[in-house]
Amino acid sequence: MRLTTLQVADVELELFESGQGRPVLFLHGSEGFDPRQPFVASLSEKRRIVAPSHPGFGKSSLPDWLDSVDDIAHLYLELMDFLKLDGVDLVGCSIGGWIAAEMATKSPERFRRLVLVGPVGIKVGPSDKLDIPDVYAMPESEVQKLLYKDPERMKPDLAKMPDDELAAVFRARETLALLTWEPWMHNPKLRRRLQRVASPALFIRGESDGLVSQTYLDAYSHMLPDARTLTIKAAGHMPQLEQPVAFATAVLEFLGE
Amino acid sequence: MRAWHFSENAYPYLPPADSYPSIRVSLPNRIYDPAKGAALYDRFIDEWLVAEDEGVEIMLNEHHQTATCVDPAAPLMLAALARLSKTARLLILGNPIANRRQPVRVAEEMAMIDVLSHGRLEAGFVRGVPYEILPANSNPVRMNERHWEALDLIVKCWTHHDGPFSHEGRFFHHRSINIWPRPIQQPHPPVWVSTTSTGGAAQVGAQGYVQATFLTGYDATKRIYEAYRRGWREAGRDQHVPIDRLAYAALIYVGETEARAHAGAEKLLWYVTANKVPPHFSNPPGYVPVAMNVQLARGAHNVVSAYGTRQATVEGAIEAGTMFAGTPDQVFQQIKRHWHHVGGYGHLLIMGQAGFLEHDDTVHGIRMFAREVYPRLKEIYPDTMASGMVEECTSGDSTKNDIERVD
Repeated sequence: MRLTTLQVADVELELFESGQGRPVLFLHGSEGFDPRQPFVASLSEKRRIVAPSHPGFGKSSLPDWLDSVDDIAHLYLELMDFLKLDGVDLVGCSIGGWIAAEMATKSPERFRRLVLVGPVGIKVGPSDKLDIPDVYAMPESEVQKLLYKDPERMKPDLAKMPDDELAAVFRARETLALLTWEPWMHNPKLRRRLQRVASPALFIRGESDGLVSQTYLDAYSHMLPDARTLTIKAAGHMPQLEQPVAFATAVLEFLGE
Repeated sequence: MRAWHFSENAYPYLPPADSYPSIRVSLPNRIYDPAKGAALYDRFIDEWLVAEDEGVEIMLNEHHQTATCVDPAAPLMLAALARLSKTARLLILGNPIANRRQPVRVAEEMAMIDVLSHGRLEAGFVRGVPYEILPANSNPVRMNERHWEALDLIVKCWTHHDGPFSHEGRFFHHRSINIWPRPIQQPHPPVWVSTTSTGGAAQVGAQGYVQATFLTGYDATKRIYEAYRRGWREAGRDQHVPIDRLAYAALIYVGETEARAHAGAEKLLWYVTANKVPPHFSNPPGYVPVAMNVQLARGAHNVVSAYGTRQATVEGAIEAGTMFAGTPDQVFQQIKRHWHHVGGYGHLLIMGQAGFLEHDDTVHGIRMFAREVYPRLKEIYPDTMASGMVEECTSGDSTKNDIERVD
């Protein structure tokens, strides 16, 4: 396992790599990437994991021109050029799922299989109802209930975090706002492009996900030529954290097909 | 010294505060009775005109989705005042240009009001308080950058007279800009910017615009003014910073007797006590820097979301320098003490109406200030003074634990 920093375009990207085998590009969600999470080790046992911190997350820089998920999708295609990654499996969680979907519409030929976990990025519901609840317009305690099946067990303890980790939490929150504020959590054009995705796709949802509904996930998956869905029990928006064993098993099984 | 009557046009007829989570953003507008609202507009306009009659200038501002300030389109109110008033300067403080999609439209509105008022406009620009973010659906990240790009573009709109020009910036795009009318005042109406941070103040100083700060008390105000003067001088301007470049806003009530003054001041505290706003509205992501959020999470006091409990009493607010209240002599002494502590300012923005301060009491406060205090201030603080050149008096309390908001 190694943690490096490399420059792609003018972004200093923090990059985590571990394991051997066919590469999996892992794109984290709003919580950022923490290599100590158990699912990382589980995936690394079977596959080579390549996991960048998105610009403005972790230790990755955020240049002043960068302000959209689309920008990050282009940046990561360039990262794949740099790392000479092709025929790669792509796993993305939440906003990472949105980035993955954008990448797969831009360069469908470069991806072997696609796993989207509680992905955001499209708008399917009526105009007078948010598809994704507005996490910035509710108390933090309510947000935790939407994120986790068991918030008491899962919610991060900010009081115990060292200053640099706490700073990363606030920085991630800020970057997420920059990227998703308007249109809220989606790119109106993405759904018109998803039919270009060539790889088989698995859509995973935690059974108690309060942000991404089953209806949303089903609609999303139907926009891809070859996609199926899977539910992980006793998990919310982040099944990779709340049920790491079930998550890793499901992902490795699908990627092994 | 120039004084301004500032009314937020609050709507005070609300259910008990424990029946709603926030007075801003989410309070349903069924609570607002338009008939009562119309009477309030009439009344508040009358009070501005009373101020004008007393030789006090007129100031207004803009907020959205809130009972604390039912003036969501301040240029409309300003247009009405441009016609109803005759002599007063008209200060809008201000246009929330980081939250407005079209700076060129703002330039047009301001130019039109300058012409309507025959050159009485003072054009203020604000970043806006955090609870303005959701009503505007405005991205809280990079607001400062948007603010300055918009302001520079607005000034160019006012000062460019040779046909269309284009602007292709980071945040705003226009291919053909050529506003009609252009302002009367040349080269353009005075520009004001409000900020409560030292970084922001230095930037305003570098531009030479008028800098206003609201309810920042003794030490924070002093730091902000020092930063302004530093920015002014570092930009290569004159060593002397004219006193009329700096403004301070406070809750002010002058009564004929101490008892009447205290009663009026108590009612002004509505601004502080009624401002019930939960953290998710008062501190949206990106509004304050990451380092400040870390400090807040570690328990630092947030001057953005609360004026603090001390300021919730008349005595505490006077001690903190956020309120000047009492008899004419008392108020004169309080202002003097504050003025010297912070290094001097040329504009006093008087938050002289709030909540249930009724019309008669509001008018009493305006008249007592204008007749008994204002002449003395004008005499000892003439507009020809330079800021920061005065000897410091010892002040009372300070606000050491406050964190400044970064604009």
